[in-house]
Amino acid sequence: MSFLFPRRAAAGVALALLVGLGAARAAPQPVTIKIDNFTFSPAEITVPAGTTVTWTNGDDIPHTVVATDKSFRSKALDTGDSFTTTLAKPGTFQYFCSLHPHMTGRITVTP
Amino acid sequence: MGHDERDQPGGIDRRGALHCMVWAGTGVLWGLSGGVPRSLGMVGEAMAAEPSGFTFLQLSDSHVGFDKPANPNALGTLQEAVTRIGTLQKKPEFLIHTGDISHLSKPKEFDDADQVIGGAGLQVHYVPGEHDLLDDEVGKAYLDRYGRGSKGAGWYSFDSHGVHFIGLVNVVNLKAGGLGNLGDEQLEWLEDDLRGKSASTPIVVFAHIPLWLVYQDWGWGTEDGAKALSYLKRFGSVTVLNGHIHQIIQKVEGNVVFHTAMSTAFPQPAPGTAPSAGPMKVPDDQLRKVLGTTSIEVRHGSKHLALTDMPLAAS
Repeated sequence: MSFLFPRRAAAGVALALLVGLGAARAAPQPVTIKIDNFTFSPAEITVPAGTTVTWTNGDDIPHTVVATDKSFRSKALDTGDSFTTTLAKPGTFQYFCSLHPHMTGRITVTP
Repeated sequence: MGHDERDQPGGIDRRGALHCMVWAGTGVLWGLSGGVPRSLGMVGEAMAAEPSGFTFLQLSDSHVGFDKPANPNALGTLQEAVTRIGTLQKKPEFLIHTGDISHLSKPKEFDDADQVIGGAGLQVHYVPGEHDLLDDEVGKAYLDRYGRGSKGAGWYSFDSHGVHFIGLVNVVNLKAGGLGNLGDEQLEWLEDDLRGKSASTPIVVFAHIPLWLVYQDWGWGTEDGAKALSYLKRFGSVTVLNGHIHQIIQKVEGNVVFHTAMSTAFPQPAPGTAPSAGPMKVPDDQLRKVLGTTSIEVRHGSKHLALTDMPLAAS
């Protein structure tokens, strides 16, 4: 067990550094998009670059989250499953469920 | 209703037909008379009429692996459907399965489905639903298991008893905001497949998502389905069998009869009657009235096939 402690300590330092960096850059708040009743909610959002977005499927049917420009693509999300991606680049991203393509959403990423 | 009446053309007016369509959702059976759908009565009555010609049976939307409140045991109700096949007075020649065999494309789900459906002891012709293409390689698992002899994403045709059967795949490469999709490669294959066929050849087309537009808002239709149907226009008898929407809906347009089958797993709401499609919870004692299979009889000397929806339990 003795060698574990220094590792943990190192991890702690790294975490402190990350937190410190985050605070300095004022990391954007993570955003959650719910999937309920075959609908992304909210369907349209605007977030600053670097925002982490998480989709969670609340339906009894699997869904996917696929960017039309293929910049991100989830596996099939069963009930309760989530998919997370960080949107680093500014731009407008259209996405949809590749199983139920009438389900669409849009994220505008500002610089 | 006697068997003879079924063969009389035009035995029902439009109002009557619409009335039947209202019944359809409650599990009353269907037949076809002179191109107009009509109610056949309850299971016992329909099964008592001795079929002529040959029959095959449609299974759809088994969703093996589904365990949510709408039906915690989808494998069990599939087993019930298969058991009922064994009790039919006239054994079907083969089965077609119009997709969503599995719920999440997991190997165990396919294994379980194969074991139960295999219990019928009949050849099965499959087409995939979108739930069958959820493996990491997007459909490889399906094709490895069911795609032998098929083209592209799993389409094919075959002939039986003078009827030309065509299995289409409209669940791949779906576009944002769109509906089901066949794609140019498959459409070209279809056009080629039909070339040289006599217009008097009865055609049965089966695919997962309805080839006709049932309900745009829920994506219940096929983007390029009309193009496929344009190739079928010259044929005197075309029957289009679909699944996906987990309920019976039927319409007749010219020589084409469109019909969707019940699921063996769970019902879905009628178009526009709920916030969304998806599993619909019904009282436990009602579930088996909205699950079931469809028997299709090809009758000698009759232009139209006889479709009989068979719920797992009579109303």
